[in-house]
Amino acid sequence: MSVMRGQGMLSELLPAWRVKRIIRYVLLYIVAYGLTIIFALPFLWAVSSSLKPVNELFLWPPQLIPKTWRFENYVEIWHVAPLARFFVNTVFVTVFSVSGRILSAALVAYGFARFRFPFRNFLFLLLLSTLMLPYQVTIIPTFLLFKAFGWLDTYNPLIIPNWFGGGAFAIFLFRQFFLTIPKDLDEAAKIDGANTLWIFIRIILPLSKPVVITMVVIGFLESWNDFFGPLIYLNTPEKYTLSLGLANFQRVVSAGGQATEHLLMAASMVMTLPSILVFILLQRYYIQGVVISSGSK
Amino acid sequence: MIAPIKRRLGLSTPLTLSQREALQGFIYISPWIIGFLVFTVGPMIASAYLSLTDYNIVTPPRFAGLSNYEYMFGDRLFWKSIENTLYYTVIFVPIAIAGSLGLALLLNQQIAGRVALRTLYFLPSVTPVVAAAFLWLWIFQPQIGLMNSIISALGFGNGPLWLGHPGSSKPALIIISLWGALGGNTMLIFLAALQGIPKELYESADIDGAGGVGKFRYITVPSISPVILFNTVLGVIGALQMFTLAYVASSGRQQQFSPGGPLNSTLFYVLHLYNSAFDFWEMGYASALAWVFFVIVLAITGFQLWTSRRWVYYEGED
Repeated sequence: MSVMRGQGMLSELLPAWRVKRIIRYVLLYIVAYGLTIIFALPFLWAVSSSLKPVNELFLWPPQLIPKTWRFENYVEIWHVAPLARFFVNTVFVTVFSVSGRILSAALVAYGFARFRFPFRNFLFLLLLSTLMLPYQVTIIPTFLLFKAFGWLDTYNPLIIPNWFGGGAFAIFLFRQFFLTIPKDLDEAAKIDGANTLWIFIRIILPLSKPVVITMVVIGFLESWNDFFGPLIYLNTPEKYTLSLGLANFQRVVSAGGQATEHLLMAASMVMTLPSILVFILLQRYYIQGVVISSGSK
Repeated sequence: MIAPIKRRLGLSTPLTLSQREALQGFIYISPWIIGFLVFTVGPMIASAYLSLTDYNIVTPPRFAGLSNYEYMFGDRLFWKSIENTLYYTVIFVPIAIAGSLGLALLLNQQIAGRVALRTLYFLPSVTPVVAAAFLWLWIFQPQIGLMNSIISALGFGNGPLWLGHPGSSKPALIIISLWGALGGNTMLIFLAALQGIPKELYESADIDGAGGVGKFRYITVPSISPVILFNTVLGVIGALQMFTLAYVASSGRQQQFSPGGPLNSTLFYVLHLYNSAFDFWEMGYASALAWVFFVIVLAITGFQLWTSRRWVYYEGED
């Protein structure tokens, strides 16, 4: 009797629709948070492997928590491969690529956003259509051109093209942003006798900080992670960027036949960390940029 | 354009305001115009010409007519690379689109810690592809790797050789790509689109007594259909260009075969192009491959845009 009464009270307290809602929420949380394990597991496994001594790498079944923590692996990688050199090279290429992209894309976007000239819309459509052009289509003549310039095995092929417009995506992003800046500001400055370059530098650019940061993040990630460019243009190991150095890591490291997976994992994490940090710190700007580019806002 | 400048240099008549504006506009966009001519138009024309030549870089190009294209149709590796690329694209893109949309729907619910979840889902896509390749090569290690130890712990016996066997190498690459793609840009774009759907649409559907599936089918999907098209078109173009992951995964030290292995099972189109150009230095043939690639990408993109008229709904129409 009492049990049945209890059930009756329970169903009064928790009508069917509320039970359904609670179950739905519990499932939602399990799925949403359960998925983080799948996304995070490769990182956790890499970090765990990177902290193991060699003999623990081959234990069966694999252990997620190392028995002996070998933090020295993270010191060793800088000695067994010229990782510091790769790091500096990558920073160099990234800094000059990203700054060139931002400067030239902003200038070009300013031209498209604020000036009327013949064929403007046609040229802008042409620019947008290059978004869909795979870079492999032009890679061979471009390679031959840089070879003729004597630029092979230098950073020029990785940096200089970025100074010519910075790509359709960057120009599009800047233009969309410039269009939201009221023209009255330009007009007022013009009446005061300012020329267009002055207006660009003193009015438009200072108001465009968010989109500049967006391009810093996107440009950083692209240059930092680029593999195809360095693979084709760089030959001397001392000039390698991190991605190319990492790809050749196991050839570079001489461990006397020993396994090097723990060091490889450590080096992979070292290369990944800057990307993750930049994204986490500046993700607000990154997300804004991606959303603008899709035209869904 | 030139006449006004000449007149100006001759100090005859000053430029009108609109001529001045046009001139300045052209000056500002000139970096792109120069870049476009030097790095896009020029190379496209040059590669069209090179594709008609025999060119090994050491000796000057020798005109060879259409022989590169003829050779291509008999090139076993060309067909193999087409097959691999289509296999990868046809399986990867639909799962990536559906999965990203699923994650976006999840993040569009009222859950505590949504921002943290979004960040966590996103991290794989900022991971450098080379690093991701090594992380996963280690997980897919056949004897002592994490994946096969989970498979055997679940009672499924010995797992596959993954990247060591032609039957499991492409599925392994698809898994790695999905890990990097599901929570990435595609998801962010879907999420923004979902947040842009007016609440009133759902409220009026509630009044009409529509269920969850009905609302998804008749409100959510039509509302975000332009974004589905956008993500699909870019997803397909990206998948057709598959290179870095396959290159790194198949040329590491553990694998004792050339990039594209085992048995050419991960020889994707761009990898074949790369090998032809920068391994065998057949610049003429590689240029022909590049042009055919361009036509393929153009045709597939055009086809998608053409069929999209049937299912993409634009606001303000009808």
